[in-house]
Amino acid sequence: MSTQTDGPAAERRLGEDLLVVDGLQKHFPIRRGLLQRQVGAVQAVDGLTFSVRRGETLSLVGESGCGKTTTGRLLTRLIEPTGGRIQLDGRDISHLSTSDMRPLRRDVQMIFQDPYSSLNPRHTVGTIVGAPFRLQKVQTENGVKKAVQDLLELVGLNPEHYNRYPHEFSGGQRQRIGIARTLALRPKLIVADEPVSALDVSIQAQVVNLLEDLQNEFDLTYVMIAHDLSVVRHVSDRVAVMYLGKIMEIADRTSLYERPMHPYTVALLSAVPIPDTSRRERRERIRLQGDVPSPINPPSGCRFHTRCWKAQEVCKTTEPALVELAPGHQAACHFPENAA
Amino acid sequence: MPATVITYIIRRLFAAVVLLIIVSMVTFGIFFLMPRLLGATPETLASRYVGRAATPDTIRDMARNLGFYDPLYEQYWRWLKGIFAGADYNYGSGIEHCPAPCLGYSFRTYQPVWPDLMDRLPVTLSLAVGAATLWLLGGITIGTISAVYRGSVFDRLAMGVSLAGVSLPIFFTGLLSLSIFSYGLGWTAVGGSYTDIADDPGQWAYNLILPWITLALLFSAQYARLTRAGMLETMNEDFIRTARAKGLAEPAVVVRHGLRGALTPILTIFGLDVGLLLGGAVLTESAFSLPGLGKYAIEGIVNYDLPKVMGVTILAAFFVVIANLVVDLLYAVVDPRVRAK
Amino acid sequence: MSQNPEDALAAAAEPRPAATGSPFLQVRELRVHFPTDDGVVKSVDDLSFSVDRGRTLGIVGESGSGKSVTSLSIMGLHKAGTARITGEILLDGQNLVGMNPDRVRKLRGKRMAMIFQDPLSAMHPFYTVGTQIVEAYRIHNPVSKKVARKHAIDLLDRVGIPNPTSRVDDYPHQFSGGMRQRAMIAMALSCDPELLIADEPTTALDVTVQAQILDLIRDLQQEFNSAVVIITHDLGVVAELADDIMVMYAGRAVEYSSAADIFNTPQHPYTWGLLSSMPRLDRERTERLQPIKGTPPSLINVPEGCPFNPRCAYAGTNGNLSFTVRPEFRDVGGGHHIACHLGAEDRMRIWDTEIRPKL
Repeated sequence: MSTQTDGPAAERRLGEDLLVVDGLQKHFPIRRGLLQRQVGAVQAVDGLTFSVRRGETLSLVGESGCGKTTTGRLLTRLIEPTGGRIQLDGRDISHLSTSDMRPLRRDVQMIFQDPYSSLNPRHTVGTIVGAPFRLQKVQTENGVKKAVQDLLELVGLNPEHYNRYPHEFSGGQRQRIGIARTLALRPKLIVADEPVSALDVSIQAQVVNLLEDLQNEFDLTYVMIAHDLSVVRHVSDRVAVMYLGKIMEIADRTSLYERPMHPYTVALLSAVPIPDTSRRERRERIRLQGDVPSPINPPSGCRFHTRCWKAQEVCKTTEPALVELAPGHQAACHFPENAA
Repeated sequence: MPATVITYIIRRLFAAVVLLIIVSMVTFGIFFLMPRLLGATPETLASRYVGRAATPDTIRDMARNLGFYDPLYEQYWRWLKGIFAGADYNYGSGIEHCPAPCLGYSFRTYQPVWPDLMDRLPVTLSLAVGAATLWLLGGITIGTISAVYRGSVFDRLAMGVSLAGVSLPIFFTGLLSLSIFSYGLGWTAVGGSYTDIADDPGQWAYNLILPWITLALLFSAQYARLTRAGMLETMNEDFIRTARAKGLAEPAVVVRHGLRGALTPILTIFGLDVGLLLGGAVLTESAFSLPGLGKYAIEGIVNYDLPKVMGVTILAAFFVVIANLVVDLLYAVVDPRVRAK
Repeated sequence: MSQNPEDALAAAAEPRPAATGSPFLQVRELRVHFPTDDGVVKSVDDLSFSVDRGRTLGIVGESGSGKSVTSLSIMGLHKAGTARITGEILLDGQNLVGMNPDRVRKLRGKRMAMIFQDPLSAMHPFYTVGTQIVEAYRIHNPVSKKVARKHAIDLLDRVGIPNPTSRVDDYPHQFSGGMRQRAMIAMALSCDPELLIADEPTTALDVTVQAQILDLIRDLQQEFNSAVVIITHDLGVVAELADDIMVMYAGRAVEYSSAADIFNTPQHPYTWGLLSSMPRLDRERTERLQPIKGTPPSLINVPEGCPFNPRCAYAGTNGNLSFTVRPEFRDVGGGHHIACHLGAEDRMRIWDTEIRPKL
């Protein structure tokens, strides 16, 4: 779907498409009244099309309610889509049953935001990290314990801490435990939902570096879900900007950050505070008014038109298609910025 | 009232009616079907309505008159119809009309059950409402103080006493308090005294004070613990810190912000307890010989007087259902977030 | 409410005192220690700073650095008996440490106000937004509910809530996250405080909404000319808002200077570490992030010498000094304060040759 560019994606050797998503949709029904009839739907995810190449990092960014977390749960098939297709390694997984999905759980793993609540406090680290082996009945060469200790070492934890409980670790260490568990079965795709946003700045950098090292070592493919645009710029090869369940813009990192085309992307980038006082005055600011509209009744036409300073009549009536405006750079806008 | 609230009430009322019908079927089944399964014939049942000297013929006539030979669903239908439309009974001395709501006639006294129930309802209601008021006030106050002064002497004492309160049975505390306060010290009325509130409110309260306290003791202990736990949690909420940051005085912080926030779980338990309360009232009424529904039900059970027991059960179920509906509506009053759903 | 109406009227009529030369808020040698079963948690240890009217101080630090404990101490919001507080907190010359709690309460919300991180949990879910603002106003101003309600509507309008006359009767859950934080700000400003403390005011908000709120705080500060303390872990937020910045580590100030100095010529290794571990939005990545090694220390057993020494790459530079002697928090020129044993030349060299090129 996108041609190879000379962006950062070229730094690593990228393979063929590992994940292909086509028209992905998830509507949650809303029921009301005496007979609990369906009166509408939360259009959490409404027609996403993108692909992720092997060894690549694609980030989904956007504000709350944009559907990025729902997308993550769809990709890992924690929930079933109401429309569209998800292909993993050439296999359609959109509607696989739980039992058919089980063998594929080895290939797709998820890292969660909150390292505190995603680890069972009553289990030792050994049990937590070793659980995937037992669940998938995987034979390990020197026993599960050895395998777990190798994993702990890999993510920078002391293998001796095998018998400790999650509460004995700091936030960053707990996130490392979560990552070790994720890596146990050598997945092909890791969906990471805000993996560092609960961590302190100095710890955040350690985990970001760890994720990077692991990607290089095991040729992992990441789909990162994040709201911190600075972290996203650092870790991604390509970035998709979402707004109210749709992709507004998708491009390789440099292109997106240097030449954003969609007005929403421009506004998002200009809203991020920069740790540099000298930029305080010279920065060009675009302040969006109000809040993100409800995904129950998203605005007609372009969903962003209610907050967009460039909106014209056509934006209210016609939804712009996501089209390639520059090599490897797609945007869904009638009046894109930075367009050649 | 917004349309959503009305739909909500309609749905809940509909569910309540269905529930009452199920309860009545089960009760009916137990009281009319069980004896059959245990070998009783229509004649044995009918023999309870005629004198000892009755001949088999009169018994058979009586059984026919009461419809005991009809299939069970017809009997149930007739019973149900009696509640809404009244019924005609024939005990051999001519047809007697029992106006709606008709819950049948007592086997023993030959009196219709419904007027009896209505006679006794005020006693039980007085007992229940008074006790509930006492325990809510007492339990919530003690619980709140315990939470605010957590770990203090008061807290430990209150929680210790409340543990005892939960553990002691009513007939023990009831008889003990009766023997001390009314027979020993003469401070309160003796057992069996009841005055209607309309006749003399002072006397009414004087007669009921000991039963109220006895019944409330059992429940207030639980409410004190519940309130304490809820308050400890609520007082750690961010909005309490905000209230203090505004400069609000501590008593207002505790009551207006803390207690208000801790009220919802108490309401939930209260809704459930209304059912238990009737059970508690049965024991309390027995202990204090109060002429209420509970005592009536016990008479019914002891004398194998099935219509009485049926009547009390249905009435009790009705009150439990209504109480739960009221509690659900109160949620919306207490917590505005419920209204949105 | 609980106040003598004449006092309050007099206070309301009184014009705001002109700057007397001494800063509006002065914190001197503040120590906040919490005795626990495991030992004394030294959340804040020997902290001194000050803020003038019309100025914004940004306090930056990671979790456990003591920044939030400091703000709660100023507001007198630590639970009685849990914290041992010593030192001085001077609010317009009056020492709040050791003051009768009821007198501190009467200053709270009136002369000093606070806004919190998560506006959803910080507002009472069962009362309307208007009721909560009215309550805040009437605690310190003996006016009728009607007058207070009018004031609440004006405030909501001022902080940018559309249709304030109808939204005043909404409950917090009917507001969006950004509007809730606006309402919290309206509540904090209801009595026109001279000191506003904002504890992570935008951390729970989306980035476009965060930008709106930061703009609002900046505008309001210019309008009300109050002293503002903004507490955050986000260096970007303080770069946007603060005039001066204090960096805290393990309950102490490690660096303090004007915002420009902190970003252009930071002098403390911890500040360097923070800057190096932050990915940047405004430039293409050049290298890996340079995280600070290790984790923050336990506040029960703060390391001997410099508290940062176990994580500092330059701890050995001055022999044993960093491991044995607690560095003094001192002025190294032009009001730039640091607590570090490194000599001026070393600091300059390291910053120029090792740190800045990698940022």
